[in-house]
Amino acid sequence: MAVELIVFIFAAIASVAGGVGVIGSRLPVRNALSLLLVLGSLAVTYLLLAAQFVAVLQVIVYAGAIVVLFLFVIMLLHKQLGKMSPDRLRWQGPAGLVLAAAFLTLILLTIRLGAAAPTAPAPAEFGTAESVGRALFTAFVLPFEVASMILLVGIIAAVVIGRPAAQPAAAVGRSAATPVGASRR
Amino acid sequence: MTPPAIDLRSIIPELVIAATAMATMVGGLFLPAGRQHPLRWLAALGTVVALGTTLAAGSSSSPAFAGMYVRDTLTRVLQATALVAVLLAQWLSGDYVERMRLDIGEYHALVLVAALGAMLMAASSDLIMLFLGLETLSIPLYVLAAFARTDPRSQEAGLKYFLLGAFGTAFFLYGIALLFGATGSTGFQALAEQAHAPKTFFRAGVALLTIGLAFKAAVVPFHFWAPDVYEGAPLPTTAYMSVIAKVGAFAAFVRVYMVALAALAAQWSTALAAISVLTMIVGNVAALRQTSIKRLLAYSSIAHAGFILTGVVAGSPAGASAVAFYLLAYTFMTLGAFGVVLMLHRRGEEADRIADLTGLAWRAPALGGAMTLFMVSLAGLPPTAGFLAKFYVFTAALDAGQTGVAVFGVLTSVVSAYYYLRVAYTMFTGQPSEDVGFAGGRWVTAALVAASAGVLVLGIFPSRVTAFVQQVGQVLR
Repeated sequence: MAVELIVFIFAAIASVAGGVGVIGSRLPVRNALSLLLVLGSLAVTYLLLAAQFVAVLQVIVYAGAIVVLFLFVIMLLHKQLGKMSPDRLRWQGPAGLVLAAAFLTLILLTIRLGAAAPTAPAPAEFGTAESVGRALFTAFVLPFEVASMILLVGIIAAVVIGRPAAQPAAAVGRSAATPVGASRR
Repeated sequence: MTPPAIDLRSIIPELVIAATAMATMVGGLFLPAGRQHPLRWLAALGTVVALGTTLAAGSSSSPAFAGMYVRDTLTRVLQATALVAVLLAQWLSGDYVERMRLDIGEYHALVLVAALGAMLMAASSDLIMLFLGLETLSIPLYVLAAFARTDPRSQEAGLKYFLLGAFGTAFFLYGIALLFGATGSTGFQALAEQAHAPKTFFRAGVALLTIGLAFKAAVVPFHFWAPDVYEGAPLPTTAYMSVIAKVGAFAAFVRVYMVALAALAAQWSTALAAISVLTMIVGNVAALRQTSIKRLLAYSSIAHAGFILTGVVAGSPAGASAVAFYLLAYTFMTLGAFGVVLMLHRRGEEADRIADLTGLAWRAPALGGAMTLFMVSLAGLPPTAGFLAKFYVFTAALDAGQTGVAVFGVLTSVVSAYYYLRVAYTMFTGQPSEDVGFAGGRWVTAALVAASAGVLVLGIFPSRVTAFVQQVGQVLR
């Protein structure tokens, strides 16, 4: 128990520090690397919660694939780690900080007041790839399918937004002189 | 562990919509540009089939798919409303999308997937399904807001909507996490059982869930994104999203508060009543000073969210049917008003200033008459759908003892008559501008005729429709 607590404290501090780094630094590369720290320490937290499979997925998918993708995009977009443009928000920053602090206090109070009875330990097979897979294809089969629909929409969205601006070839058979009202056939 | 029974027959409408969306998108790839007209027919056909299967499907109050999905009377009524909204939106947007040379296949696919999200929200009986439905609704709307990629205003609208929507979703998810912590389950049945003796966690979860839903429904104080997004997004998208997002969000309000958390009604009704009064005041007062018809209708949609919320506040079966009736009436009148604006253009651009409407009623009497009808209905005057919709929600609120909310509702309705009727007045006075022309088509005309008919039928002969929406009340008993 004591070891778990120590590991948890380190992981928690690392994830909060990473979270601050994500929004605190002005260098995009540092933001992305801070995100890596957040995701890695969250994976440790998942392990402590006996969710091995989720922890492994966290490392492979988020840390391995998504952050690497972020880094590629940053390298391509900002040559030589170019800095972002200066912040033009004046009072919004402190105001956001105050509101965030108020929300944090509220949540901490809730957790303190609502300190629930100790929960039952997770069953032995909890969090393994088998049990996650079985849950996905039995009780959660409809949410699973809906999630795949959302992923499909995400792909369409990326194509729609990322495609180069309307090429003139698309206007074949259309007279450019009547941009409006020419739709009746 | 035995696998749960999977009855695909209960989700036929959703399957039809999903299949139509994919077929439309793939069809858009194979049809050459300029010859994509069949896609509209395909999308409309799929929607009509889905509407038919929704109305024909039986209803059962026991959840399917391991407690994830329920097809009861509430599902049927709200899904039918969502599908009517999609059908009208497709008719309205077809000409515009071709005129502005947007991608037709993707446009219709995204519109249909958003409808799928609203349908799933109406049918969810689990917080996970509600969340996934919300995302299936929201993500296509983010993209549709940014759909006119070359227009910086549209880009800004898409980005703003996406960032604020993601922010709202985070609250929603945190609420689900807390509720799961309090109940050990995400099902609505578990929520209903715990609602009798709520823990602190439970209340905090419900509060965060409310924030997430309030973002989507654009009620005060979570409405700031709405005017900017509505103004920047392409006109058909604005029309569609102002309706379908409301249908989805209020489906969730009815499912979560009126059905699952009925035992906690004394507590959430006070909070929702405050939100509702604030929304009606802010939406109606801010709409007074707008010069853009898109912004005016944005504030109008905020104000109407407040009116619809009074039905939820009532918490009674009558309140739930009033919400369903209001959503249907709102669909017809809002899409109709947007349809009139879609018929106009100012030098090839959207005619989105109220001043652009000056004197148009004399050039196109039918258009002027239709716009007047929609404005009268939005203001809530008889003999239109808007009047009866407001009548039902306020009566339900009064019967539930929420006198203050009903009084504020009536007072703010009077305020709203000023800015709605000002639009109608503008159409009948002054010299029409030379810049403004008509850009109609058969499809938009059909949509306007359908919307006008809907507004009048719901206002004058409502008995069949009220009998249909009153089924909703059965779910609450």
